[in-house]
Amino acid sequence: MSIFKLTAAALLLTATAARSEGPGLGQPLEASDIPFYATYVTPEGAGLPAGSGTAAQGAEIYAAKCATCHGATGSEGPVMPPVGPNDLWAKPAGSYWPYATTLFDYIRRAMPLEAPKSLSDDEVYALAAFILERNGVIDAETAMTAETLPAVKMPNHGNFLDVWAKQGAKPW
Amino acid sequence: MTRSTKDSAALDYAAGGGLLSRRMLLASAAAGGAAGLLQPRVARAEAEIPEWTKAAGARARGYGAPAEAESAVQRAIIEPWQDVAPAFSLSGTPHHKLRGTITPSGLHYEVHHGGRPDIDPARHRLMIHGLVERPLQFDLKALERYPTVTATHFLECAGNSLFNAVMPEPMQAGCDMLHGLVSNTEWTGIPMRVLMEEAGVKPEGKWVVAAGADGPSLARSIPMEKIMSDGMLALYQNGERIRPEQGYPMRLLLPGFEGNMNIKWLTSLWVTEAPVHTKDESGEYTEILADGSSLQFTFAMGVKSFITHPSATMTMSGPGFYEISGLAWTGAGKVAKVEVSADGGASWAEAALAGPVLPQALTRFSLPWHWDGSPLVLMSRATDETGAVQPPRADWKARYHASNFLHYNAIQPWQITAEGAVQNVYL
Repeated sequence: MSIFKLTAAALLLTATAARSEGPGLGQPLEASDIPFYATYVTPEGAGLPAGSGTAAQGAEIYAAKCATCHGATGSEGPVMPPVGPNDLWAKPAGSYWPYATTLFDYIRRAMPLEAPKSLSDDEVYALAAFILERNGVIDAETAMTAETLPAVKMPNHGNFLDVWAKQGAKPW
Repeated sequence: MTRSTKDSAALDYAAGGGLLSRRMLLASAAAGGAAGLLQPRVARAEAEIPEWTKAAGARARGYGAPAEAESAVQRAIIEPWQDVAPAFSLSGTPHHKLRGTITPSGLHYEVHHGGRPDIDPARHRLMIHGLVERPLQFDLKALERYPTVTATHFLECAGNSLFNAVMPEPMQAGCDMLHGLVSNTEWTGIPMRVLMEEAGVKPEGKWVVAAGADGPSLARSIPMEKIMSDGMLALYQNGERIRPEQGYPMRLLLPGFEGNMNIKWLTSLWVTEAPVHTKDESGEYTEILADGSSLQFTFAMGVKSFITHPSATMTMSGPGFYEISGLAWTGAGKVAKVEVSADGGASWAEAALAGPVLPQALTRFSLPWHWDGSPLVLMSRATDETGAVQPPRADWKARYHASNFLHYNAIQPWQITAEGAVQNVYL
């Protein structure tokens, strides 16, 4: 074997080692094999699907599928009521969370507790609209869509201190 | 706890309330035996031979279980909304019934936002995608061929000790209810860095959104820096496959970070430029401060300790010698020292730490103690290697909004009454 070939082989080995210390057994993952819950809707709205829903539509779905846990009008609970704040829950989803987009993603992936991922995109938009309207964040006429939801200004936005950015892993 | 009738005048005191020098530990225990505890009260004509010593024992079995007489050692189950949302359930480790530092796998605490899923390991997969050169997926069979590392680390729910944080009067309950949402395990798994490097993280990939395969698909944004430094894909818990309660067949382990970030049933790692503000980093695990503003991305758990022996719900068995024992930990690294007070904080003595003291792991501390039978308050105060010290409850409360129950790490006082009852108190 020539010196040139030896050097090439050594370079190839080095390159493989730099890529990973493991055996390299991962299989290619196609975009079509990634379910929606493996990503998250961003505050800018990336990842929001087509669809639309109003607070009035959301009220009906809420009464049928959500009220048992979160209360008749959204503030009674017992489970972390999304409308408030009140003595039961100081951090309601519809007024405390910094971004409205989180409402869509969380409801779509996790609610209702006994049947997560069972709601249609229109139903999820409608529930987000209902919760925001009940908190006085949007008016009753505005439908929530991939365009309107990320544009919603949440009242508590800007009231958070990012501890990681400030001091890293040092406990607060 | 053990006890003796040793003459208290000869003891080497380290602080008020009967705290003894750490050097006394072995000497005192030995003296207990010599003081007459081993003498039978009545002489027998013939020594009794118990029946189990006169029969063949049970045959070997495939998987062991605790002794029947220990069947009361269980996790304390907390279901805040059991009527409407029973799947949102918690259970606390009964630290007052355990010793050592490793939590038995079946007694590791649980916090399930949507119950414990029943996952077929043959169909489970881990995806790495987003800002990577090569989006990849791994099944369990492939992951079994990767080199592993083993490390002992605690996991603590950000809401551990919530009752002490928010209840106006101290709740009278055991360490399982009061402080049970912390456990300690020897984890074995694959360094996250190896898997991320195989996928090839792009330079703009600064965060990883990890998601579980449970019903709610619980998701958290995690800094790439943490994933690459000591993040682990944990496959084994105390030498056996991770229990379903802890994330079978695989979970993310982020040493020192609040429990919910250590995603159980891990199925996806999505590399992003920025955090995506998931539900759990928007409301559930943010802390409202006294001024109404909030803390977000509070990842590491603070320095903390509590005395397990004696502790609330126990009853002292009379004056005499005891070993005070407890647990200390910090998300910042190693515990540097633990001090114990037996006079409500007027004086302190340094406890012995059972070595090796490991980073981000429960550390057992102990101190010999001669209780003279009078009422007093016992407490422990841990300091970590960064110099952080556990605060008194009033100082902790002053920092936060009254509703906050997250990241509570205040000193735990136990009151011993003249009758020997051990009670939870606020000081």
